[in-house]
Amino acid sequence: MKKRDVFFAGLAIILFWQISALIIDCNIMPSPFIVIQIFFKELFGGDMLEHAAASLWRVLASMVLSVAFAAPAGLVLGQSKRLNQLFSPVIYLLYPIPKVVLVPILLLFFGVGDLSKILIIFMILFFQILVLVRDQAASLPVELLQSVRSLGAGRRALFRFVYLPASLPAILTALRQSVGTAVAVLYIAELIATQRGLGYYIYFNGSTLLDYPVMYAGVLAMSLLGLGLYFAVDWMEHRLCKWQFVK
Amino acid sequence: MMIKFNELTFAYRGATPILQSFNWFVQPGERWTILGPSGCGKTTLLYLLAGLRFPTGGKLLIDGDPLTRPRPTSGLILQEYGLLPWATVRENAELGLRVHGFYGADGIHAPRGETPMDFNVLPWLERLGLDRLSDKYPSQISGGQRQRTAIARTLALHPDLLLMDEPFSSLDAVNRADLQNLTLELCAEEKLTLVMVTHAIEEAAIMGEKILLLGNPPNKKPIIISNPNAGKKGYRDSQPYIDLCHDLRQQMEVV
Repeated sequence: MKKRDVFFAGLAIILFWQISALIIDCNIMPSPFIVIQIFFKELFGGDMLEHAAASLWRVLASMVLSVAFAAPAGLVLGQSKRLNQLFSPVIYLLYPIPKVVLVPILLLFFGVGDLSKILIIFMILFFQILVLVRDQAASLPVELLQSVRSLGAGRRALFRFVYLPASLPAILTALRQSVGTAVAVLYIAELIATQRGLGYYIYFNGSTLLDYPVMYAGVLAMSLLGLGLYFAVDWMEHRLCKWQFVK
Repeated sequence: MMIKFNELTFAYRGATPILQSFNWFVQPGERWTILGPSGCGKTTLLYLLAGLRFPTGGKLLIDGDPLTRPRPTSGLILQEYGLLPWATVRENAELGLRVHGFYGADGIHAPRGETPMDFNVLPWLERLGLDRLSDKYPSQISGGQRQRTAIARTLALHPDLLLMDEPFSSLDAVNRADLQNLTLELCAEEKLTLVMVTHAIEEAAIMGEKILLLGNPPNKKPIIISNPNAGKKGYRDSQPYIDLCHDLRQQMEVV
């Protein structure tokens, strides 16, 4: 997609927001220009940065953990038919469960700190990465594996030269596809039993202080967090998996 | 490098043996083509030679030793899918050297002697006319160029045995003839033993000094056709070549 088109799309959304604010003309729909002003004021003068940092830390920690656990597990399952047969039914049952409903249970077990929030995002990303990496590893053409084997590659070299690079696009695709859901679930998790994070910040300003422009600034911050992570993964995909984008 | 099939039997589980008590010899430097209809087991025979499948009976000896895994000095080139899609032409051509470097000169995965430290494949890319494409990915180049890359990757390892499984069957006629000639030249330059599997009678006749004809399983006795003029200049247009193709076609119908 062209950068110019994305820029104009962003402008169009802001314009639509502004027109809506003018039509609705009520404090529950502040103008984007007011919200943007407050956003910067809160970010540099208020405590929004602290909340954003807490949220960002939770998402990043979950991303790192999920890649660290799901990618090797996916590679093992993708290489071993027997293990895959054993675990497939379990994954089949667990994968579609909306992980957000597990939030209360995780809170019971892991308390109200960062761990329960990191774990819930971890679970969402884990299954997505596991399934994509497994399928990617299992779908490598036999001819490719045989021809690399014929060059002298044993298990370790196959892993290094074939399975590892083959799983990279799957990991990044999984992250890109699920980072939006991850941030959404983080919002839910931060509504409960915490005083740090953008979810709490939005809820507290909107429902307790009834300060709608600040609440909107929080929503903007959380949207930018999701968008920023999406763009970061997308950038990594273009950089690390160049071959997928060549013509 | 001498190959010997000694009373070799190979069968997939529950199926008719493809080879049964099969005896066959390949002398160093010979160029063989293996011809036969689909399902006759010619690819299986090549995979046995590559050390990717193992006899269910009898022995496969190379230089007197049983083959228990892929030899570091055999090169295998397949019809398609042999290149890493995420690696450039140069990186693909370097792959064999990098695999050998990864293990070091252990005599199992890589030949004994020096561990390759220099992964320069540029001379091979130049020899195969790929130097301008070295930064392209496999999806960006033609089928013929992909096979040239596979050949460069294999030859960079200085093999003594080149195994090819219908390497040119997906190419157009001009490219196919071009790569056949190139392979003949390289075999002569590098003093390679060649075993090429093909289902095309014309290709078998052009490439193989000796042609092994396989029929429907079980194959018990090798049918060998001598073709000493293969590879000589002008052979493609000569009467003996046309006669041989005719003979092979008739024999294939019989087997």
